[in-house]
Amino acid sequence: MGMTMTQKILAAHAGLESVEAGQLIEAMLDMVLGNDVTAPVAIKEMEKMKVDGVFDKDKIALVPDHFTPNKDIKSAENCMCMRAFAKENEITNYFEIGEMGIEHALLPEKGLVAAGDAVIGADSHTCTYGALGAFSTGVGSTDMAAGMATGKAWFKVPAALKFELTGKPAPWVSGKDIILHIIGKIGVDGARYKSMEFCGDGIASLRMDDRFTIANMAIEAGAKNGIFPVDEKTIAYMKEHGSGEYQVYEPDADAVYEETYVIDLAALKPTVAFPHLPENTKTIDEVGEVPIQQVVIGSCTNGRIDDMRAAARVLEGRKVAKGLRVIVIPATQAVYLQALEEGLLKIFIEAGAIVSTPTCGPCLGGHMGILAAGERAVSTTNRNFVGRMGHVESEVYLASPAVAAASAVTGKISGPAELGL
Amino acid sequence: MKAYGSVHKYGDNIDTDVIIPARYLNSFDPKELAEKCMIDVDTEFVSRVKEGDIMVAGRNFGCGSSREHAPIAIKAAGISCVIADTFARIFYRNAINIGLPIIECPEAAAEITANDEVEIDFDSGVITDKTTGKSYQGQAFPEFMQGIIQAGGLVNYINRQSQG
Repeated sequence: MGMTMTQKILAAHAGLESVEAGQLIEAMLDMVLGNDVTAPVAIKEMEKMKVDGVFDKDKIALVPDHFTPNKDIKSAENCMCMRAFAKENEITNYFEIGEMGIEHALLPEKGLVAAGDAVIGADSHTCTYGALGAFSTGVGSTDMAAGMATGKAWFKVPAALKFELTGKPAPWVSGKDIILHIIGKIGVDGARYKSMEFCGDGIASLRMDDRFTIANMAIEAGAKNGIFPVDEKTIAYMKEHGSGEYQVYEPDADAVYEETYVIDLAALKPTVAFPHLPENTKTIDEVGEVPIQQVVIGSCTNGRIDDMRAAARVLEGRKVAKGLRVIVIPATQAVYLQALEEGLLKIFIEAGAIVSTPTCGPCLGGHMGILAAGERAVSTTNRNFVGRMGHVESEVYLASPAVAAASAVTGKISGPAELGL
Repeated sequence: MKAYGSVHKYGDNIDTDVIIPARYLNSFDPKELAEKCMIDVDTEFVSRVKEGDIMVAGRNFGCGSSREHAPIAIKAAGISCVIADTFARIFYRNAINIGLPIIECPEAAAEITANDEVEIDFDSGVITDKTTGKSYQGQAFPEFMQGIIQAGGLVNYINRQSQG
């Protein structure tokens, strides 16, 4: 029986000729990741294990990004715990705030993940690296602890759904609109336990940053992972970022997919997910009048340089609506610097937005932009659950950077078209 | 191995952000987490829950973030088992790893109502609603999973095994 991309990567890492959906395997890991919320729990669990240190100091990444710069004393203590562990175990890839960024933007940028890798991370958005043609999936802290100790993890080989992307998206339709459209179509558990495999001629028109956004939100459909084929753009990205050796896996012609969805990218419109689930999607022409109080542009989903550029193109020469709070958060120090050099930060500040140091911050209601009861935000983040960005009676509307920026100008949910763009 | 308790009932897509909101994730002390468990959807849960109680929910329970704090909070609140139509995958893995029994059974998840007294036999997978007298066949717990739960989680289980 033929294998999918995901199944081939898992077979290779388990030392098996072939695997099939439902099979339990133990796989060797190329990278084990944790952040300041999940790693302290993993470190505590690992201390209980009777093991002598980590399996490989170069294959563990520890990124304090959620509540950093430390938002309170407890967060500072959690970061201290990570820092001490990193020092004691000589972890190569520990990133202090001056060199950091949001983990899922940072790891590809630092060349720490490559096509064909198998990666686990104690963060649900670890599935982001599927954009590079890697198998990567989110786990909890105990699995992270076992991964750090042994370099291995057990998996149930996932069945797969195929998403054939065709055509070319219209201007202002981005990776975010594509993945929101898909989640709206299949639901928040539409890919539960499965891999989402993307293919088709439409992929060629998607920039790497669009692909990262799409793979990032596979978890929002319940998927184990999302994965893209490797093309010239992927290879160019990996070369630019020094990813080193990589392995390209293509699905067999007779690979088994439980379902195939054909998505015509040319037919998509800017899309917004209404509270309180990412599946509650509407296209921009259906949203109606929704006044907002805050806009957030950033996160592991949409804090990369193309996202900053899209927002800046909309905000250039325009002003944020009076009384609206607009928070721009470049995902990494490198994105921040690039945005500075390209003059994007100037555009944001002149428009009346603020620019924050990299952090997950408001996305999960941590800090840097918490909502009060009754407030609404348009956000380029990934979840709009009850209370996600603050008070239980606040609301989050998920959208692309272009829609978020246009909404920042009008003070209500709007697409760039409303500004004549 | 059995669980017995009264039921706290919830709907579909109960996500980890409502099980334990991120604003409380600066702690991983089970007691502190338990005090905030379910607070954003059910402010009364913490004062109502008794040791041994059972949670029953709909589809995709535990979706969202990978925070292990979510099953830790539920377990520390006193819940002895979660029955759901389906579980999100990371939550499922985390619950087993930290020793919180969970069982998928769509029929039981649909029919059991709040405050019913329910018994779960993990060896057979039989769920019995003592209030209505109706029984449901859920998935039995394999021996190793019962071992993990009795040891209080994967790490203790592995350590015990290596002591052999």
